[in-house]
Amino acid sequence: MDLLAQADTALDGLKALGAGLGYGLAAIGPGVGIGLVVGNAITAMARQPESAGMVRTTMFLGIAFTEALALIGFVVFILLNFA
Amino acid sequence: MSDERVKSNDGVQPGGDHAPERDIAFDMARRSLWVFPAWVVVSGIIWGMGGALSSALGYVLVVGNLAAAAALMAWGARTSPVALMGVTLGGFIVRLAVLAGVVLAVSPLGFFEPVPIAITILASHLGLLVWEIRYVSLRLAAPGLDLSRPGKEQK
Repeated sequence: MDLLAQADTALDGLKALGAGLGYGLAAIGPGVGIGLVVGNAITAMARQPESAGMVRTTMFLGIAFTEALALIGFVVFILLNFA
Repeated sequence: MSDERVKSNDGVQPGGDHAPERDIAFDMARRSLWVFPAWVVVSGIIWGMGGALSSALGYVLVVGNLAAAAALMAWGARTSPVALMGVTLGGFIVRLAVLAGVVLAVSPLGFFEPVPIAITILASHLGLLVWEIRYVSLRLAAPGLDLSRPGKEQK
């Protein structure tokens, strides 16, 4: 019985660890992606300042779409921790 | 190089104070007001009061996240390209941490339901973006088109 309780506690701990690690790992890809999007947007704005408005619009939407990947990791974190 | 030229290269916002990010975030928040109350009611029917409150929290997190991103980027674009890069990447990490912090802080409260908040966060973020991109792609393809008044062109 005691062993079962210990295994249960260990399982909860592993679940929380997995959720945290998953969230962190899920944020790495979007971080790289956002860096690429912003870097290229700045290059485009430096080359053609008159198109900055269009570039910034596209950049914001690109960043928001990239961020959706991190939000999927966040949702997995919520479900693993609390569901 | 004249002073004016140097000044125009300081930031990445040659078009004055207009911030397209803010417009997009405001548009998305405005459009979501049509769908959001219905979704809260549906969540309430399926998961009860806790589900409705959790859905509302998820919606606030998504719209707040987009608004914070827009405000940070508008400030960064007004300041300098380096600031834009810094606030975009730094803001991404900070916003993710704030989202996790809010959920962890709220989770011990009685009303917290993980499934509706998870569905709301994913569906509203992706749904609002897809909805917005239809208008933005039309605007980028035909800049003179006034989408609010069919058949009229913007001056």
